[in-house]
This record gives sequence, structure tokens and C-alpha cells, in this order.
Amino acid sequence: MPSLRMLAVSIWLAGAAAPALTAMAAEPDLAGRRLYANCAACHGTDGRPAGNAGSSGRSGEGSLPPLAGQSRQQLIASMQAFKAGERPATIMHQIAKGYTDEQIALIAGFLANQKKQEAQ
Amino acid sequence: MRRREFIKTIGAAGVTGTAAMLATVSVSAAPSRPKVVVVGAGYGGATAARYLRLWSNGGIDVILVEPNASFISCPLSNLVLGGSKQLDDLTLGYDALVRRHGIELVRDRAERIDAAKRIVRLAGGRQLAYDRLVLSPGVDFLLDGLPGLNAPDAQDTVLHAWKAGTQTVALRRRLEAMEDGGSFVMSIPPAPYRCPPGPYERACQVAHYFSRAKPKSKVIVLDGNEDVVSKGALFKRIWAERYKDIIDYRPSFRAADVEAKTHTVISELGDEVQGAVLNVIPPQSAAAIAVQTGLANSNRRWCAVDFLSFESTQEKNIHVLGDAIQTAPLMPKSAHMANQHAKICAAAIIDIFAGRAPEQKPMLTNTCYSYVSDKDVIHVTSVHAYDAEKKTLIAVPGAGGVSAAASGLEGFYAGVWARNIWADTLL
Repeated sequence: MPSLRMLAVSIWLAGAAAPALTAMAAEPDLAGRRLYANCAACHGTDGRPAGNAGSSGRSGEGSLPPLAGQSRQQLIASMQAFKAGERPATIMHQIAKGYTDEQIALIAGFLANQKKQEAQ
Repeated sequence: MRRREFIKTIGAAGVTGTAAMLATVSVSAAPSRPKVVVVGAGYGGATAARYLRLWSNGGIDVILVEPNASFISCPLSNLVLGGSKQLDDLTLGYDALVRRHGIELVRDRAERIDAAKRIVRLAGGRQLAYDRLVLSPGVDFLLDGLPGLNAPDAQDTVLHAWKAGTQTVALRRRLEAMEDGGSFVMSIPPAPYRCPPGPYERACQVAHYFSRAKPKSKVIVLDGNEDVVSKGALFKRIWAERYKDIIDYRPSFRAADVEAKTHTVISELGDEVQGAVLNVIPPQSAAAIAVQTGLANSNRRWCAVDFLSFESTQEKNIHVLGDAIQTAPLMPKSAHMANQHAKICAAAIIDIFAGRAPEQKPMLTNTCYSYVSDKDVIHVTSVHAYDAEKKTLIAVPGAGGVSAAASGLEGFYAGVWARNIWADTLL
């Protein structure tokens, strides 16, 4: 019941601060950014893994290749290969199957637009 | 700059036509920045605080309330029992949340929530007003079903070590002090409890330690469930292959009492099992602050939420995250899940503050790695998508699964997971 929900939101807004957040609606990669957040526990916030840039202070223990700044096509191809079981994996073949082609494209589009991680 | 954007936003809100009412009333309510109070800086709360700041570009004021001086990870804490990690390896500071993300950290305990007035009262006397409250309080133990634990000093004798910290270290010391030939007895509560595979990983870790240091000793697992709750086939295969003469697994053993003096667990059928070192993991509920606020509306134990926003179904403007919630089917109570709840919640709060309905298609992924030795690891993973008709999160059919076998490669990935989720939560 989206209309009821919207009404609830409006009613809520009536009693509280209305902040400067509507600008975020225009962010082109918003959906991709939010979907990617599911991946961050292993691949790092916004595709920049901990340990690569020395921010964690626990460097030298290895990490995954940074996804930020990789090409959209390459990222889509990787995810589709995992999804199809064509690329060997311990876990990504199981996770990739949970995402639609459209969701994969959104995630890849977001990551491709992220700045590459600076080497330390 | 922010001020100007803010005024523009108010103008825009007036013409987007969500409701005429919105334009008329938001002006009168306008001046302050939205304020979110987050209670609990574990995997759920700290992530929520960090992502509220990141995704609002600093447009939301966030106060994070946490009584502990630092973050101690429950994931990997079984390795302290196994001896391959120290508690220090799992301890991280909160300073980056303050310094880098501009979160106000208040080291205190939330004592009472006045949902009607939207105020959190702290033990130290301070009162915090909020527009939205994010409650990520974790679990508390239910001791009514284990009367012996209420005896004087019983809880110092019978450790749970189910909240990483001093009990984890204390339990390790007892294992070290135990004579070879003794037995470690662990009692597992009926599901749901925090970290479904955790007790079975713990059995592996203690058995691994015994295999190296005390080969005549035993691990007796008293499971309140009919079978291993998570990764069952894998764990049982590994126990048979690696710890055959050490682990003694006894399903359907529901602990009904504990006798601390004699280190004995008593089942509801009257069976008694004694050990040199006792580890009783009691049944759990959402932590007291959630229960006292009336949010634990599912069997009086867990907090039901709207999965589009993680807003409580009981009280408006209060969102509940992590182990305290009534989960959707097949969603474990895990650190990884809490981290994911936090992001759906942060996105929804930002949407709501911006005058939009929360995103209608949230997804989340869970991965739990379990160390079956100091190096070899197995996983379980699942992907969950919101189902608008059923109004809940559903495990996506065909996705998810478990390891084919334990491996050192997954051990490497488990380390990667820990470093990245810690950074995603705290740095």
C-alpha cells in the first residue's frame, strides 16, 4: 500500500525537521550504491577494500582486488560468469545467483564511477 | 552552502506534491537539522551511524550512545578460545567514527526511552532528543529457565562467553588451566539465538586446542536443538574426520538447570552432565532496553520491524537492528546481517527525511564463516530480497549455499571479511 505509506511519511514530516536531503534523489547511482552496500563486508565500503590502502593498520594480510574504478563491462562479465558457474569460486557463484541482471548492471555502474583506490 | 540547499529543499518539497499538507506544515517545523540517536555501537549501531553520515553527506546529526570504551568483535572470538587469536586482535577503537565521520560519541548507557516525547535518558543523567532513534542493543540472557544461574556467584563460575570480552578471556584461561583428561561441557540453547553456527565453531576451536595441547581431553556438546542448527552436514563431517575422539555431540539435550558448584548441567529429562570446564550459553531475547520500551512484541522476546525501514511495528520513529529483531525466515542473527540491516535502515531514514517513501526493493546478503581449526574455514551464505506481497524478506531461491569442504583458501577469505566488515562498520 504505497499510498498509505506516502501519507504516513507526509504526516511524519509534519511534525519534524525537513532536511536538505532531497538532492540525493537525483544521484544517478543511488540504487547501485545501495545494492553495492551488500557487498562491502568483504569488498570494502564503496569498493575500496581495507588493507589495500593501509587504513586498517593491518596491512600485509592480503585483501581482494579493489572493485572501485573497474570498467562496467568487466564487472558485469565477472558477475555473470559467477552466476553461470563458469568462473571458479568458493562463494561468489552462490551470491551472484541472488541478483538479477538489472541489479548486477546497477552495482557495476556504481562501482565503475567510483575513484580508484590510491596505492599506498 | 548547506543552508542554501536546505532552503531549496523546502521549496522543492512544496512543489513535489506528495501532499499539500507537507508544504504547509514543514515550513513551521523547519529550522533544525534532522537528528538521529543511535543506541549501541556494535555491528548494527556503528554501521548505521557511519552510513547515516556517509549517505547524507553529513546532513544528519548523529549521536552514538555506547557504554563500552571500544568495540570487541564476537565473530572470530572463538579463535581466542582456540588459542590462535588474542582479544586485542578483535578490539577496535571508535575514534574514526568521531574524527572522520563527525559522529558524536557518548560513552554512557541508555536507561530509558520515552517514545512519546522522543527522548533517550542516559544512566549518567543526560537526555537526548531525537527525530529518529536507531536501537541496536543486542541480546540479553534469559535466566529463568536455568534457576541455578541465579545462585550467588554462579554466573562467575558458569561462563557464557557469548558476548566477546572478559568472559572470552576467562574461559580461555580455564581451558589452559584444565588438566589433560578433563572435559569441556558446552550447552547450546534452542534456536533462535545469536550466531547459529557459533557454538559448533566453538566446539571445533576447543577440540583443536585439545588436539594439540591436551589430547586426552573431551568436548561434550549438549545441544538444545534436535540437530546442528547451521552447516550441520559440514560440521558433523569435520568432527568425524578431525576430532573423532574428542567431540561428543549430544542432540536434543535441553538444559533445565545448572549446578555451579559441581559444574553440572541438568536436562529437562533429569540427565546430568558434569565437566571440568562448563560453558552454558543461555537462551536469549532482545536486550532489556528494547523489552522495557515495549518493542519486543514478538513472543515478548524479539522486536518485529517493517523490513523496508527496520522501523519498529510497535513504536513510530524507533528503528531496531541486529540480533534484537524478529528475523524473517532463514535470516540468521549474525554480525553480517546487523551490518546489512543498518544500511537498509540508514537509506530508509534518509529517504523519509527527504520526504520520500523508503526504497521498496531492499536486498541483503549474509555470509558467516566458521573456523574449524586455526586456519581452515567453512561458510554459509544467503541472499534475501523484499517481497512486497508478503511484506517480508525472502531468501532468493537458487542463491546461497555452503562450502564444499573446509579450506585454507576460505580461511584467507574469512580474514578478508573480518578486516573489511570492521572497516565498513568503524573506520
